[in-house]
Amino acid sequence: MTAVTVPRQAPDLREPKGWRRSKNRIMTVLMLLSFVLVIIPLGFVLFTVIAKGASTISWQFLTGSPIPPNVLPAGIGGMWPAILGTLLITGLATLMAVPLGILGAIYLNEYGGRNWLAALIGFMSDVMTGVPSIVMGLFIFSIWVLHFGYSGLAGAFALGCLMLPVVIRSSYEMLRLVPDPLREASYALGATKSRVTLTVVLPAALGGIVSGALLAVARAAGETAPLLFTILTVTTANPNVFSGANTSLPSQIFSNASQPYTGAQDRGWGAALTLIAICFILMIAARFVTARFTRYSR
Amino acid sequence: MEQPEQNVVAQTETVLPKPAALQDTRPPDAAVSTGATVFETDKVSIYYGSFRAVTDVSLTIHENEITAFIGPSGCGKTTVLRTLNRMNDLVPSARVEGDVHYRGASLYAPGVSPISVRRRIGMVFQKPNPFPKSIYDNVAYGPRINGIRNKGKLDEIVEKSLHQAALWDEVKNRLNKSGLGLSGGQAQRLCIARTLAVEPDVVLMDEPCSALDPIATGRIEDLMHEIKSQYTIVIVTHNMQQATRVSDRTAFYSVLRDEKSDTRTGVLVEYGRTAQIFEDPQDTRTQAYVTGRMG
Repeated sequence: MTAVTVPRQAPDLREPKGWRRSKNRIMTVLMLLSFVLVIIPLGFVLFTVIAKGASTISWQFLTGSPIPPNVLPAGIGGMWPAILGTLLITGLATLMAVPLGILGAIYLNEYGGRNWLAALIGFMSDVMTGVPSIVMGLFIFSIWVLHFGYSGLAGAFALGCLMLPVVIRSSYEMLRLVPDPLREASYALGATKSRVTLTVVLPAALGGIVSGALLAVARAAGETAPLLFTILTVTTANPNVFSGANTSLPSQIFSNASQPYTGAQDRGWGAALTLIAICFILMIAARFVTARFTRYSR
Repeated sequence: MEQPEQNVVAQTETVLPKPAALQDTRPPDAAVSTGATVFETDKVSIYYGSFRAVTDVSLTIHENEITAFIGPSGCGKTTVLRTLNRMNDLVPSARVEGDVHYRGASLYAPGVSPISVRRRIGMVFQKPNPFPKSIYDNVAYGPRINGIRNKGKLDEIVEKSLHQAALWDEVKNRLNKSGLGLSGGQAQRLCIARTLAVEPDVVLMDEPCSALDPIATGRIEDLMHEIKSQYTIVIVTHNMQQATRVSDRTAFYSVLRDEKSDTRTGVLVEYGRTAQIFEDPQDTRTQAYVTGRMG
């Protein structure tokens, strides 16, 4: 008996045509579209700022002092007081808010557990995120500026208050992502809680914590409203951040942009480009620093 | 899940001569010496909140022996293991009743520091969990906790521990590379090296081979045999063959269901020499489990 061998047809393994395929196409295009949609405003902002501000940027602009708004051309005024003020005030605010915020997040995630104090702090910090920045400025104005006068420090307080809840929230989320088995491994070797936190949890979460802190710094560096009532806007450099009125890039942008004179407006665009550049440089620098600390995490 | 185990165990039922794995080829009482008592648990019950996970476990664990905990899922064997070095303290709702004695000292007496306990009683976990640090720093982590700062001394400990864990030859040229870059079996041996680096008295192992292939498992079992002259080992395993291969004594846990109140709890059913548990179980539940009729 010889069996008749019917040649078996090879199975068709191609992607079937029809609805599934179309759905895939449609969703891919939608995702691409939404990405483009997100990129468009960013691209326009960058393009406009560079187009209008780049011609103003010069060594003179970065190191000189502001000039009266009606003076032309734009090239002869400078932003040095504002650059210095922004660096000092944002730096001071960062020094206050970032360590405090990270410590707060460590308390919430590692120590607080589910107790009422941790719940209260977590809730209050979330509420604080929703406080409008100008209210924060008024708050510092009423409790600090009224007694001790305008100063960069007052501005740093206001910015710090704005940054704090953001740093707490982002650090908390990052600490939560650290897998428990890592903590257990450390505990099983006889580590104390502080040691587990310092040598295992924080290093593992460092990349994310730094990203979160940077976003907060960038946000604070661009804030105008909380500084209006706390540092004023002056035209001379004030390196003493602890006393006397000061100025910042956002304040200068605001005051320049409010002028009817084209010279002032051009200088405003220049200041905007400077601010963006500063934030950008900060981000890149921080990325390099974190990359060094997190080189073992993959 | 436990298909391969069941196949082998089914064999023990039909083929009357005991399979080689079960035959104790060692001299009767020389290899299985009754060392000093390391742990003695006295009617230990462990609760998570109001749920009683384990009820009335009493057993004695001896020095320089490998004690295996076997039993179906949910029978509380891991819970009991984690009670032995107070790892359950990390679970906020966990509570222990009864007493655990470690070399005569009560582990749960007031004033006992879980930190001091865990420095003597190390643990290897089910999933390899190396730190996101270099291989060297992973192993040196424990000694550093104990205050060893001297580079030469640390180098020595790292090399010795990696040798003990049979990992040295594979990683000696990349000690400064990330511990996360190792394969599963290597990572688990790194975790064992990390545990041995603090020279603990006891090593607790919670299903250390469940994520590993047979070759890596074999290496870790060999390793356990090699180090048991210096350490006391307690291992939780789902793999009954593994229990017969490595352990001197076996504790069989099971789940006890209360139909009336619809609650369940883990209990220690039988505890004895491994050969006895597998060849001559006294309890019908043990017999059902080791012969593959249950679990």
